[in-house]
Amino acid sequence: MDPRPHIRVEMLSNPLYLCGARDLVSSVARRFGFDDLTCSKIALAVDEALANVIRHGYDRADDKPIWLSIWPLAGEAIAEHPAGADDTDGMKIVIEDEARQVDPSSMKGRDLDHVRPGGLGTHIIREVMDEVVYEQREATGMRLILVKRVGEAGPQEA
Amino acid sequence: MASNEITIETPEPGVVVVSPVEDIDMSRSPQLRNALRGVQNDRPRKIVVDLTRVGYMDSSGLATLVEAMRSAGQNGWQLIICGLNPRVRAIFEIARLQSFFTIVPTRDEALAN
Repeated sequence: MDPRPHIRVEMLSNPLYLCGARDLVSSVARRFGFDDLTCSKIALAVDEALANVIRHGYDRADDKPIWLSIWPLAGEAIAEHPAGADDTDGMKIVIEDEARQVDPSSMKGRDLDHVRPGGLGTHIIREVMDEVVYEQREATGMRLILVKRVGEAGPQEA
Repeated sequence: MASNEITIETPEPGVVVVSPVEDIDMSRSPQLRNALRGVQNDRPRKIVVDLTRVGYMDSSGLATLVEAMRSAGQNGWQLIICGLNPRVRAIFEIARLQSFFTIVPTRDEALAN
């Protein structure tokens, strides 16, 4: 995989811009071969991850940086065939911030048996994505690595 | 009308239909929360949340509906949700909350329920 992200966006931690991040991720996921509903779910997972950074990492401060990077899981094939996504195995999304660092092992979804408002974001992320890895960045902030693979049935998975 | 982008109608006495539009995310769920709290002040017997014009909802929107559903249970009114597209329905299913709410396909069914 090309170490350089194919897309890298810096955004401010303002909830107003979550729609732009969703549209970007959904559009790219579609080009990588995911069906419409899966594209929407991937965008939801990214939305929840960004909202968690804003809400918990930055305590709702709306002027802090967040970086969103995207790779195809078969990046070389995409580079050779930019108009198509037939060789794509899926996508990798990395979200980085400069928020306070937390123990990655504490990033777990809550028990869904007790219905209450809030606390669903991490559960949704883990439910939608195939791989979810939280880690501390080297200097400051957190990094969330998300992987979603195209279904074995083919690019247009149900 | 209330909250710029949320339509509030009273099709019959004691019944209120709240219809948000477009996306309900972290930046917009406070509007829905305010609208739902506002209509509760009139002590309706039924509130219908019509999501027909909502293209996307995240967990903050879902949390707002959970809050309203809890209030309904505590105060003796009915909350019915209708008009979910597949994308919006997906978040209810992912959060395993589809059975927590009363969800029907259309507004007409919600009003008749």
